[in-house]
Amino acid sequence: MDKKAHLQLYHEMVMIRRLEEKSAELYQQGKIGGFLHLYIGQEAVGSGIVSARKPQDRVITAYRDHGIAISCGMEPKIVMAELLGKVTGCSKGKGGSMHLADVNLNFWGGHAIVGAHLPLAAGMALADKQRGSEAATICLFGDGATNIGYFHEALNLSKVWQLPVLWVCENNQYGMGTAVDRASAVGEIRQKAEGYNMPNARADGMDVMQVREAAQEALDHVRQGDPYLLEVLTYRFRGHSMGDPERYRESEEVLKWSEDDPIGIYRRYLIKKKIATDKALDAEEEKVNDELQQAVQFAESSADPPPEALYENIYVEEV
Amino acid sequence: MAEMTMREAISQALWEEMERDESVFIMGEEVGVWGGTYAVTRGFYDHFGADRVRDTPIAEGVIVGAANGAAMAGLRPVAEIMTINFALLAMDQIVNHSAKLRSMFGGQFIVPIVIRTVSGGGRQLGATHSQTPDVVFAHFPGLKVVAPGTPRDAKGLLKSAIRSDDPVMYIEHATLYQARGEVPEEEYFEPIGVSKVQREGDDVTLVSYSKGLQLSLQAADILAKDNVNAEVVDLRSLRPLDMGPVVESFKRTNRCVIVEEGWRSFGIGAEVASRLYEEAFDYADAPIKRVAQKEVPLPYNRELEQMALPQVPDIVDAVKEVL
Repeated sequence: MDKKAHLQLYHEMVMIRRLEEKSAELYQQGKIGGFLHLYIGQEAVGSGIVSARKPQDRVITAYRDHGIAISCGMEPKIVMAELLGKVTGCSKGKGGSMHLADVNLNFWGGHAIVGAHLPLAAGMALADKQRGSEAATICLFGDGATNIGYFHEALNLSKVWQLPVLWVCENNQYGMGTAVDRASAVGEIRQKAEGYNMPNARADGMDVMQVREAAQEALDHVRQGDPYLLEVLTYRFRGHSMGDPERYRESEEVLKWSEDDPIGIYRRYLIKKKIATDKALDAEEEKVNDELQQAVQFAESSADPPPEALYENIYVEEV
Repeated sequence: MAEMTMREAISQALWEEMERDESVFIMGEEVGVWGGTYAVTRGFYDHFGADRVRDTPIAEGVIVGAANGAAMAGLRPVAEIMTINFALLAMDQIVNHSAKLRSMFGGQFIVPIVIRTVSGGGRQLGATHSQTPDVVFAHFPGLKVVAPGTPRDAKGLLKSAIRSDDPVMYIEHATLYQARGEVPEEEYFEPIGVSKVQREGDDVTLVSYSKGLQLSLQAADILAKDNVNAEVVDLRSLRPLDMGPVVESFKRTNRCVIVEEGWRSFGIGAEVASRLYEEAFDYADAPIKRVAQKEVPLPYNRELEQMALPQVPDIVDAVKEVL
């Protein structure tokens, strides 16, 4: 990675953080409806993983998807517009927070049923394999998804059919409010891959460089036509979704993890390695603030979908 | 015209579409080496190869899920679910994904998947393997649901389903594979979402589809001996539901009996009757009747099972009540 790429990655992670903070604010003002799951604390995972992909690689994730959308290249204003339910959003206001996608960015969603997008990822990889493409499919999901049947059906099929999928478990240590050791028979999620004879690894999800390196290694393997499970240990600093009373964990625990802020870790790394100065990084943060302000303005001034949109896109061939 | 069985008609449609378009492929349990548990895909594996006739693990969630994903990524999968009872295991993929991926993301995706499955009782398979829950799938906007009752429609509708860019649930009936009928020799298509009059008559309108269509045609033969001319309208598609020919017929006959193999409560009959009352209330000369399955899980014992399933005499009796 050259200096420019590092600054871009830093910019991206700060953007995700600020966009999520702003989303929380807009949610509290009632401008964002439904559920809102923030990515704060997990930025290094999505950014590290997606930074390792080639343009032809597909990315698909679960409902905590704002950060992944940004990492895939979605403009903050398009994310914001979707959160506000506007017609200018990526899903034209019909998807909302949990259903961001942009086919042109090779970002295949934002899926809200836990585990259900793992079979979709397997199918996409199958399509690429059938056509002799060199694309890999990168599928991100939480630790909670590894306890549902879909996970096991999809991992098994990907191995039996030799599908080019990188399975990425974002282990943020809680499935909603239930700690991993209260829900999963094994504490290290990566062990589950052993049952499918699948290579696997565990990476520190608070360090974007480590995540990126682990993803690159994993993708090298996947491109040979064999799936791989990468577990990335991380922590969400906020509740599962807005309105989570967080009765399931001590504030000391949250505080302890917050000290391992992935953005702070990356910042220290960039300075220590003399890749960037404090001044240059502050300038990136200023840029993020300006862009975000414009994004919110764009979203707020965008139109709601017109009434006729209600019946649009239900079918390709109108009935 | 060539006479053939339902099985041959379905098989031909699949074969022709796979020959025509490389992106069409089959995946499901025992579709390949075995040749299909209802022998529909016999010979396909040897001809098209293991990549296009994919035997899957017994895992319905990932069968439909991976087919959805492959469809989003540009292939045209025909996912076979051995029986509709097992489709219940894939309900989340069918309902929350096949039917919604397009609209939920603002029209970015198409999901040109066909889910071929087999419905119906009457083969002494017990309560979990004998259901006819077709209507359940017809409840969800975003899906198309077709269920042919003749070989001609079976072939023409399947070809349309495979070429459709929308997700189609294609429901066959377990006891109709040997049913014979005329099928055009040249290429043809039957449109999805268009009902069809399968027999003309002026005295009463029988509305049905799939197995119920065959029972209704037999009932019409019996009624004709008593000089009662039944018109038989075949819905063919449950969603979109084409009420046009049904309403047109009802306006002439002023009497209607709806025949379905599934349970009466919240069924096809309830939907069709309700729409008839909404659209043609003034034309009714008698209450609309429904012939359907008794409200029990289907028993194994042959006599009991047949008691629970709708039979031709039930249809004849219902018609006599509305005349």
